[in-house]
Amino acid sequence: MSKQIKAVSLISGGLDSMLATKAIMEQGIHVEGINFFTGFCVEGHTHAIRQKDKEKPKRNNSLWVAETLGIKLHIIDIIEEYKDVLINPKHGYGANMNPCLDCKVFMVKKAKQWMEENDFDFIITGEVMGQRPMSQRRETMPIISAESGADDRLVRPLCGQNLPATLPEREGWIKREELFGFSGRGRKPQMALAEQYGLSDYSQPAGGCCFLTDESYSAKLVDLWKARGTKDYELDDVMLLKVGRHIRPNQNFKVIVAREDGEGRFLQGYKNNYINMNCASHRGPLALIDGDPSAEDLYLAAQIVARYGQGRDAEQVDVLVRDLAGNESTLQVKPLAKDKLPKEWFV
Amino acid sequence: MSQYELDARRLLCPMPVIRTQDRVKQLQKGDVLSVTCTDPGVMQDIPAWCRINGHKVLETQSDDYEYIIILEVGE
Repeated sequence: MSKQIKAVSLISGGLDSMLATKAIMEQGIHVEGINFFTGFCVEGHTHAIRQKDKEKPKRNNSLWVAETLGIKLHIIDIIEEYKDVLINPKHGYGANMNPCLDCKVFMVKKAKQWMEENDFDFIITGEVMGQRPMSQRRETMPIISAESGADDRLVRPLCGQNLPATLPEREGWIKREELFGFSGRGRKPQMALAEQYGLSDYSQPAGGCCFLTDESYSAKLVDLWKARGTKDYELDDVMLLKVGRHIRPNQNFKVIVAREDGEGRFLQGYKNNYINMNCASHRGPLALIDGDPSAEDLYLAAQIVARYGQGRDAEQVDVLVRDLAGNESTLQVKPLAKDKLPKEWFV
Repeated sequence: MSQYELDARRLLCPMPVIRTQDRVKQLQKGDVLSVTCTDPGVMQDIPAWCRINGHKVLETQSDDYEYIIILEVGE
């Protein structure tokens, strides 16, 4: 009895990786999915935090794709290892802080490691030549294969006919003529193939699936590194950059103000790790203070926080401040007037 | 069969799924795991993960801010 050939497919939750996986399954290969969580994946985080979206929770598209295709999915936490990719990208960043090429190399490398540990035979990605300006170009395809170490065990079913034959093709595990020759940014071939496979419901992410491609998010990350004087971060930093208004009056501290109840509840979870404050005399949001503020800075922070509460027009607002030891004190402040809050402070 | 608990509060998806996946790897078939979360997305994601991977959701509970999923480990 011949050995069942097995492939591991990088599942992002989008259409291309779904089609690439299906194309190989159609050739009788046993496929299992793998999805990497960097901390920056968009997958529903803002949706999960904000109150207004609570009634319609968002699905995890990679799980949904796996279930639709009837394959197992392994979700891997790569938060710690990913730091080096983001902080020191060999191939640099894209339009924002997105190290797309290094990211793809890293993920394929991790998939190769998984493949070897689990006795699988090759790796599938949904890459299409010319689809993405940084990571999916004719010149980058061999770079990803080589630098990941996957070499000719990396199969791109959607554009495989445009590339040299891989090991699975040469060995006869898969047929080259049943791969595709897609290229460019157009989506019509993928949509036609989806229809052919009977897949009518699929994710069409606008702007990609990574916060690092977002200009506003990237600006907050750069600000964080600049203020700390080091390009480092923890998962909590990554999460907090997705939440609230970030206001930095000075390099030594930043105020993170919840914009609505859902964000306020999310920030509550960080109260033991940050100095925090909220209006006591009026209804108002919770705010975390990141950095090393002086007493004067805390007074200014309290004025900012008061500005976002119902006492914004009052002469005086009581603001409750909790330090890192949990000690509480009250500051009586006049809310900062709108014209005293320069837009340059908003990160 | 043994019963286990997992605290995945404050974590946003897919972290509760990852923690569940990693915990289940250490358990035996028939063991029961109760996962407590605060991200409402788990009500879809953990059952989906269970269906894909051959585990059974025995019960789900939720109040305003917490979500509990009780699952039985499969093959």
